[in-house]
Amino acid sequence: MTAVTAPAGAAPAAGHPLADTYYLTGRKLHALVRQPYVLAFSVIQPAIWLFLFGELFHKVIDIPGFAFHGSFLAYLVPGVVAMNAMSNNMWAGMGMLEEIERGTLNRLLVTPASRIAIMNAGVAEQAVGTVVQTLIIVFLGLAGGARYPGGALGVLILAIAAAAVGILWGALSNVAGMLLRSREAIIGVYTFFMLPLMFLSSAFMQPGFMPGWMQAIASRNPLNWEVQVGRSALSATPDWGGIGVRLGGLVVLAIIAVAISVTTFRSYARNA
Amino acid sequence: MPDEPAVEARGLVKTYPLPGGGKKGRLRALDGLDLTVARGAIAALVGPNGAGKSTTVKILTSLARPDEGSARVAGVDVLAAPAVVRRLIGVVGQRSGADPSATGRENLILQAHLFGLPATEARRRADELLERFALADAAGRFVKGYSGGMQRRLDVALGLVHRPRILFLDEPTTGLDPQARAALWQEISRLAAHEQLTVVLTTHYLEEADRLADAVAVIDDGKVVAEGTPAELKERARARTLDDVYLHYAGRRFDMAEVTRA
Repeated sequence: MTAVTAPAGAAPAAGHPLADTYYLTGRKLHALVRQPYVLAFSVIQPAIWLFLFGELFHKVIDIPGFAFHGSFLAYLVPGVVAMNAMSNNMWAGMGMLEEIERGTLNRLLVTPASRIAIMNAGVAEQAVGTVVQTLIIVFLGLAGGARYPGGALGVLILAIAAAAVGILWGALSNVAGMLLRSREAIIGVYTFFMLPLMFLSSAFMQPGFMPGWMQAIASRNPLNWEVQVGRSALSATPDWGGIGVRLGGLVVLAIIAVAISVTTFRSYARNA
Repeated sequence: MPDEPAVEARGLVKTYPLPGGGKKGRLRALDGLDLTVARGAIAALVGPNGAGKSTTVKILTSLARPDEGSARVAGVDVLAAPAVVRRLIGVVGQRSGADPSATGRENLILQAHLFGLPATEARRRADELLERFALADAAGRFVKGYSGGMQRRLDVALGLVHRPRILFLDEPTTGLDPQARAALWQEISRLAAHEQLTVVLTTHYLEEADRLADAVAVIDDGKVVAEGTPAELKERARARTLDDVYLHYAGRRFDMAEVTRA
């Protein structure tokens, strides 16, 4: 059979992962730009946490041995950024389910579009959305009186770490969505992880004040890595070694999570 | 190979795990289905819900892999070269695949890009299709504001962006009002007549099959139980309408299904 070649007059080669990623990311970002209030509204909850906790616990900073130079609000910013990155991207699977139910995903799957590009577009959307929200939170902190001695470089590193956390949870949420095909399951994953991971980190409290077992968990909690990376990068004296190790860890985890989601997606695509 | 059929499926078997069915409980969606569709024909797959129509379309369009059997679409082995088949076919799924938060034109242009059309050609093709499917006035509006008929016309336009040889339509007119349905029928007939497009559609409306199709395959329990032109089928079943043909071949199943389900 020789008909495996494309017919005369057919379109030029499509299915290139980079070109497809570009077009499909464009679709996602277009939707994001068209509804900027969605992005803004989703920051309201973390902003409330920021100022509520900042006010409620502002005296924490005076506890002997708290060892943080700055206001408690400034201490909270990386924690709230982490919380926002995690909580917003944990809903990624909902969007995935919607695209499955609406038939959009199948429509893309019957085009020559690269499978990886379809998932890449989601990753890019999560990264961009998370960075924008991170900057909003940083700015809100600034407006509330928090200062960041680490400057623009510190904010950049905080944003990269937040994007990695966002991609990590976005990918896991997509996997949950594709495998379990239920919104309840995604909500379940969210409620199971969200608060424990937040409080088993240095987001609100210095690890030195935690009991030993909590410290042990916190040091292995990727969300806490993000908080530590951000806080150190925003400080006057960043610990670059620690930042490098933890940021590296976050990036590796994000890559692994995306790889799992791509594998899950491929198996979905074989039996859509 | 001018005489090669547009679609040739042999012995398709597809099972799905039943929810709560354990290891043994698998639903046999397709049970050795054979199907041939001639080039340029409009073929209608009819049959009760769960008969295997949509599963057949999914396999032929590379969205699902059969457990057994083989399928050639536009002369290409779907299982061996799904990526090649995807360039040769257009698919309009049961549910609208259009992005509701983008405009009609944006949807078409993205689709064209995914098929590798360069930017200027993608725009030209999008405008051409918008015109043809009477969507030009709504081209710049978000799809979520489209009526059911407009959305369906956009879906068909999306399936045609890359000038496929074969167009698959899974229940294209379900949920449409009679006017929108008639308009879509007209367009489908026109496509087959003037563009040598082969059309494979599934439908619940026997009238639709009767009006549109050159060939009808009645599918029941995962197999083709009868096939032929609408006239042949009516004659063979000594039936006046396709509805009667349908009941003749697939009708029993309703009672049995009720009994076994109870």
